[in-house]
Amino acid sequence: MSLVVENLTKTYGKQIAVNQISFSAQPGEIVGFLGPNGAGKSTTMKIATGYLPPTQGSVRVSDHDVEEDSVAVRKCLGYLPEHNPLYLDMYVHEYLQLIGSLYGMRGSRLSDRAKEVVSLCGLEPEQRKKIGALSKGYRQRVGLAQALIHDPQVLILDEPTTGLDPNQLSEIRALIKEVSREKTVIFSTHIMQEVKALCDRVIIINRGNLVIDRSLDELQSGDEDMRGEGQRVEATFLQTIDENQLKEFTNATEVENKYQATYEIAAPIGQGDIRPAIFRFACEQQQVLIGLRPLEEENKRSTGASLEEIFRSLTVQKTPSP
Amino acid sequence: MLAIYRKEVNSYLNSLIAYVVIAVFLTGTGLLMWIFPDTSVLTYGFADMSTLFTLGPYVFMFLIPAITMRSFAEERKAGTMELILTQPVTDWQLVLGKYLAAWTVVLLALLPTLIYYLSVHQLGNPVGNLDSAGIAGSYIGLILLGGVFTAIGTLASSLTENQVIAFILAVFLCFFLYTGFSSLAGLEAWDDSALVVEKFGILHHYDAMSRGLVDSRNLIYFITLTTLTLLLTQLALNSRKW
Repeated sequence: MSLVVENLTKTYGKQIAVNQISFSAQPGEIVGFLGPNGAGKSTTMKIATGYLPPTQGSVRVSDHDVEEDSVAVRKCLGYLPEHNPLYLDMYVHEYLQLIGSLYGMRGSRLSDRAKEVVSLCGLEPEQRKKIGALSKGYRQRVGLAQALIHDPQVLILDEPTTGLDPNQLSEIRALIKEVSREKTVIFSTHIMQEVKALCDRVIIINRGNLVIDRSLDELQSGDEDMRGEGQRVEATFLQTIDENQLKEFTNATEVENKYQATYEIAAPIGQGDIRPAIFRFACEQQQVLIGLRPLEEENKRSTGASLEEIFRSLTVQKTPSP
Repeated sequence: MLAIYRKEVNSYLNSLIAYVVIAVFLTGTGLLMWIFPDTSVLTYGFADMSTLFTLGPYVFMFLIPAITMRSFAEERKAGTMELILTQPVTDWQLVLGKYLAAWTVVLLALLPTLIYYLSVHQLGNPVGNLDSAGIAGSYIGLILLGGVFTAIGTLASSLTENQVIAFILAVFLCFFLYTGFSSLAGLEAWDDSALVVEKFGILHHYDAMSRGLVDSRNLIYFITLTTLTLLLTQLALNSRKW
């Protein structure tokens, strides 16, 4: 176990930021840390990195306790803080070598490793610049490079993909995937597609409480039950038709005019495929049917939206604690 | 700690801070020693450097807080504090690294004043007729005084994220510790214990050293004061955990 969080509680005065959270993460696993703003994600991460002390409970990183053996924990941990603070007046290599030297790296080993992470993080085109002159995406990469310089066993990334353009986004995701093979990666995010694309496991916390800790597969299969079974078909006619007639004829639960003469038809799965009925309807009404397409498969593929539904149902319904 | 020290010295030397501070210090002390008639060695007629050593502390009082004000305040403001504190360095190493780097800049400013010594040495009649031992003692005093002021400045910087506040606080604390206790000792309320009060101040110990008397008591005073201030700085850093 490379990261174990046990009954972690953090209070700021009377406000409870994190309440009795327990989870653990193994090497080779990417854990997505989700929650609305102010849920306690960053606080948990700050405690795990030893920046803040826990009020109660403990965090162990690679069998070192964060409170008792703080320096040892920090040695096997790479951390990218939320707003990615950097020394803007330093050069990229200078900065990476500074961080490397704080981990006790010296001489050629240090400069070789700095070059390695520069190429790993795709920083080569900008490596001769001062950090202050870099765009946000590149600064983010510097932050990531900094977290990776000492080849840590555990990587904690607090919202690593904010402010990146779509190309950079996929590159950074690929990078995280790449480095996660033998490391434990925990990252927080607001973006559901990212969780879908990257994570093996999802932890959702809300108002300091852990509400779900499940593998992504489990979460997605469970989610289909929640949505209920049904079929959706998109039908396109040459001319507009009467929606109500179509609905009556085919026994559909819902007919929606999407645009021009294209309709989305929903029906329960129990009565069998609805498409023949639509075709017969077209024949009877002397309408020309020019397109008929099931939407079911697409729905299955794009579970991102439904993950969002889960997120919302878990984090919004909760009434505020008094 | 060495990594922190190197980084800090580099950042002083890569920015204008160090050069401005050194230039202002040398211009200021140069004017006082050689040009301004009230304090100039040339009009004074005696080959000694007491001008540098009596007015140096006052120049330091403003310049050292200017050097140290950024050390922690800037990191706090920029959020890099979180970065540096999650690296495998202890708070104490961080404090010491930053302190020593700032002190190094102070020493760099002091170094060229050795030319003054050579000049005054030449001006003596006969040449070389000056109190070298006294000057050596004074230098040690000034270096240690710079150390104390640097520690105070570092402490002030660790207390706030606003550099201006850090500067003003440091100037005040330096001033108070330097002459405050001697002035307080002038109050009539103390009776016989006035000397004890005066001994709390830096001036008493600094003056003793300026006379060329490098006494262990004075050395211990400076070292204790510096260490104590740095421990307070560490405490201030640690206060995030309270």
